[in-house]
Amino acid sequence: MAATNETARDRIGIAILALGGQGGGVLADWIQEVARHHGWLAQGTSVPGVAQRTGSTVYYVELARAGDRLPILAQMPTPGDVDIVIASELMETGRAMLRNFSTADRTTLIGSTHRIYAIAEKSGMGDGRGSGERIVEAAARRAKRFIGFDMEAATERSGSVISAVMFGALGGSGALPFPREAFEQAIRDSGIAVASNLRGFDEGFRAAQAPVAMPDAIDHAVPQPTTDAGRALHARILGELPAPAHAAALHGVQRLMDYQDAGYATLYLDRLRDIAALDAAPWETTAELARHLALWMSYEDIIRVADLKSRATRFDRVRAEVKAGEGQIVGITEFMHPRLRELCETLPAGIGRFILGAPRLSSWLDRFFREGRHVETTSLRWFLMLRLLAGLRPMRRRSLRYAEEQERIEAWLGDVRASIARDPALALGIVRSQRLIKGYGDTFERGLRNFQAIRAALFARPPGDRRAQWLDDACTQALADDSGRALEDMLAAA
Amino acid sequence: MAERSFAAEVELLKLGEGETFTGEGILAVTKALLQSGVAYVGGYQGSPISHLMDVFADANDLLASLGVHFEASASEATAAAMLAASVNYPLRGAVAWKSVVGTNVASDALSNVASGGVTGGALVIVGEDYGEGSSIMQERTHAFAMKSQMWLIDPRPNLPSIVDAVEQAFRLSEASNTPVMLELRVRSCHMTGSFVAKDNRRPAMTVDEAAAAPVRDTSRIVLPPANFLHEVEKVEKRWPAGIAFVQENRLNEWFGPDEGEVGLIVQGGLFNSLNRAMELLGLSDAFGAARLPVYCLNVTYPLIPDEVAAFCRGKRAVLVLEEGQPEFIEHELNTLVRRADLQTRIVGKEVLPRAGDYTAHVMAQGLRTFLTEWQPALDLPDLSIAPLPAPVAAQIPQRPAGFCTGCPERPVFTSMKLLERELGPTHVSADIGCHLFSILPPFNIGNTTMGYGLGTAGASAFKPKDKRAIAVMGDGGFWHNGLTSGIGNAVFNKDDTVTVIVDNGYSAATGGQDILSSRADNRARTTRHPIETAVRGIGAGWVRTIDRTYDLKRMMAALREAMTSPERGPKIVVAQSECMLNRQRREKPRVRKAMSEGKRVVRERFGVDPDTCTGDHSCIRLSGCPSLSIKPNPDPLRRDPVAHVDNSCVGCGLCGEVSHAAVLCPSFYRASIVANPGRWEGWWKALRSRLILGLQKRDARVRAARAF
Repeated sequence: MAATNETARDRIGIAILALGGQGGGVLADWIQEVARHHGWLAQGTSVPGVAQRTGSTVYYVELARAGDRLPILAQMPTPGDVDIVIASELMETGRAMLRNFSTADRTTLIGSTHRIYAIAEKSGMGDGRGSGERIVEAAARRAKRFIGFDMEAATERSGSVISAVMFGALGGSGALPFPREAFEQAIRDSGIAVASNLRGFDEGFRAAQAPVAMPDAIDHAVPQPTTDAGRALHARILGELPAPAHAAALHGVQRLMDYQDAGYATLYLDRLRDIAALDAAPWETTAELARHLALWMSYEDIIRVADLKSRATRFDRVRAEVKAGEGQIVGITEFMHPRLRELCETLPAGIGRFILGAPRLSSWLDRFFREGRHVETTSLRWFLMLRLLAGLRPMRRRSLRYAEEQERIEAWLGDVRASIARDPALALGIVRSQRLIKGYGDTFERGLRNFQAIRAALFARPPGDRRAQWLDDACTQALADDSGRALEDMLAAA
Repeated sequence: MAERSFAAEVELLKLGEGETFTGEGILAVTKALLQSGVAYVGGYQGSPISHLMDVFADANDLLASLGVHFEASASEATAAAMLAASVNYPLRGAVAWKSVVGTNVASDALSNVASGGVTGGALVIVGEDYGEGSSIMQERTHAFAMKSQMWLIDPRPNLPSIVDAVEQAFRLSEASNTPVMLELRVRSCHMTGSFVAKDNRRPAMTVDEAAAAPVRDTSRIVLPPANFLHEVEKVEKRWPAGIAFVQENRLNEWFGPDEGEVGLIVQGGLFNSLNRAMELLGLSDAFGAARLPVYCLNVTYPLIPDEVAAFCRGKRAVLVLEEGQPEFIEHELNTLVRRADLQTRIVGKEVLPRAGDYTAHVMAQGLRTFLTEWQPALDLPDLSIAPLPAPVAAQIPQRPAGFCTGCPERPVFTSMKLLERELGPTHVSADIGCHLFSILPPFNIGNTTMGYGLGTAGASAFKPKDKRAIAVMGDGGFWHNGLTSGIGNAVFNKDDTVTVIVDNGYSAATGGQDILSSRADNRARTTRHPIETAVRGIGAGWVRTIDRTYDLKRMMAALREAMTSPERGPKIVVAQSECMLNRQRREKPRVRKAMSEGKRVVRERFGVDPDTCTGDHSCIRLSGCPSLSIKPNPDPLRRDPVAHVDNSCVGCGLCGEVSHAAVLCPSFYRASIVANPGRWEGWWKALRSRLILGLQKRDARVRAARAF
């Protein structure tokens, strides 16, 4: 590749890819400090500007052994000519490869395997994330040596900053001809957060010796029954449902017993069993239905939200997440916006329907529900209020929302039943279309509207023309924007 | 400067003869000005030259001791007009700005000073914001140098060369009575390196002394008949003087062998990249020992006809490496070669890209193409590298710039987006500043931007019947020119548009410099001049100041009223909250100190409950805050990632406001964490949490009984 005259090359090029605010500049300065201290010449450059505001930034450092003559140093990394790349995030590691900074013949590639999602990935209405696995696979091929680990976790563990961890990984990689003490001295000389930066350095240094490691994945252990009712349902699942649906059904039953009671979980299993009876191997529809049905049946109402918000486990989770120290007091305030509609849905069906059906009454009542509420869950008053609402659980079956949801669920299951024998793929598509229904308030209404519009359009087609692919496309369009325009266009074109 | 200290950099400016300066390029220029005996300095901040302005703004005592006058100018036009001090007096003066935008603003004054000419050395330092990382239109400052006849210096990018260029520029300016521009690319401004310092020099004449002994020479003023004489003087006197100085002082450089079949002519600022390209092709080494003759133009305007002719003579072809377009140097070289009646072929843009950065890689490719045709005997390596396979490349997302965590400008656009649902889409005329990030995801708000402070002016063609246009302007742009070009114009012409002035207390996009309406006290300048007073003073009647932009309800109400009010004339909403970046710079150390002293400190941040979040991400589409992200769903039944607030959250409050205003979901919570609580507070809250915990335990037992 590069035909550089190696004998003349007494130089090390280091590219740092970081996001604004991650301290890429600090890292570049530390590296130069170390090098200068050892009598090397060091030059660093960057193009900060707007990229400093959350964008990705490339810093470039060149080190050259000092001699009689001043070498001519480059101001930017040149593909094929970069000895070390340090990237603060997985996709930035990918970007280093995209720009050919990392090459198999030369580069030590040090990259974090954690993700900081870009705005396009974050704002998707479903899952807009890019695949990190592909980046890691490519990194192994497109670098002389790839050092990859979760730098964010290392930063957390050491209570440090990611730039210190990257500096440690550089030191630990052995790619620079300077001893560990020299790196640590640079941190000391900077005089800022020395203790924590040294801890971060140490984390990075050690991680650089270890094999490539991805961030810890969440482990979803299959729930084990703890009560008689639980054991009975557990036995039913194993006995009546095909194996591919077991895991989801166990999670589903656990969810619904927590949500309502064993009777509700039984209803869930009955529904599931009926569909399973029509399904066949590989049982994909049943397995997916186990998941989607549990989600739909545990729809989020005021009772559920009040319950989840006021649990001790939740208080503990918040304390841990906000990193509250010993002896610090944590107050939690919720931003709730229950509207008249949601309240009526929680009331017994008859009363709820009556209020919503009486325009003057509901518009009079509505003014009490126009403002969002700041609910301070950690205060006695609001805590008791939330427990009171959560305590309405036994009455849920009589609520308006319950009636509405069960009706919709039955209709949906009916659609699945009607198509499963003739077109299993379509049945699976119908099961999965439940993913459109989620959220609260406006979000919920939009999702439901889309779901119903698609359902209506599907069944408006001649029976022979109701295809799984069309349904899948429609769901994708429904998740393409939150104005509903993409879906409207598609349905109008149909 | 308000929230950042440049004391360490100021120390570097004090280095004396023989001491080694190690630091950034733009700071080296700053030091070089003092070594050159500059009498006055002005400019307007902006990447990549902000540092020069920031450091001088913090160096009052040093400047006073040297008798140097410094001003943070109101605009580049103001700065350029300062150069008037060098017209009649032997005062060396320098001004700096981001180019090409700053040069555009300054060009009226520049034309005037270039026409009349100067007595004292006049230096214009332009940070050429071209290529990667640039935030502005891609144009060349070169054109301004040519059309006004100012010499353009483009030094080799290493600190000794740059420092030397500053000193030579003043001499060149004085020798030819012509202002000189020093062009520094972004990377050169931010490049670290070393040079051996000299003592700072007091100016031979200070601005005080000049003012005390006024000199008048009306032949230096641009008015007939002098303006016609100026043109003749430029051609007959200043031009030859400039060429003679460049030639005699050998400002341009030559590398490689004296003779060759082919040669290269390169802009000085590109020299390092060219050398690297040649190194990779096996045509040079790390010290610039080129195997081909290279003529390095540290002065890119004017070209020196004798030098060009001498270099081209005997060569079959010469490649000119000139970044950007139009290729002024290539055109001029062709003319010079023709006039010298040489048969040398000038090759340039035919083998190099017309647009974009001339990186080492780009130049290596061009050079390879050139040599393959003109010196095929050379066996050059192929530098191409197989691209990252498309399926992998497709995973890598773009990372457009966005508002910082907790930025007070974000709620302004959240309000506009929510209001759009009520009132329908509106034409939005955007401005220059951080607020221009509104045009990027997730807001995608804004139709055009016409320049700094020109948001309101950019909406002035809209004379709406029902639907008003909205203009956005920052406080920086407002004081730069927006007050007159935007608000004054709208008042005078009875425009009915709505202007949102984002008043965050700083010129935030350029690094947080103070401006007239800054709320902080500034020892050297006056602040606290409210924007509302200014717009009322110029005749605006409908003005609302919202002093907390995070208050979506008030923000939306003000915008709604502005959009629908029956009152005629411009509607101005001043959206006022402090820039979070600068606020945190001040507050973080203060809070840390208070914590360590055992004082009561309340910290607020937001969070999302993953068990109630359903993964729709509406909240993100109305915010885009870096601290509001997503993470894998901990729920075994769900697939879509859940929203998540990381620890960088500063508790600005927008997430909660958005959930309320947009009726989103109850997943957000605000946690207020009290460190070092008072005794009474500690006792009462401990009791309260014990009571709550007791109830929670009871509920947990009940739940466990009916659990799976």
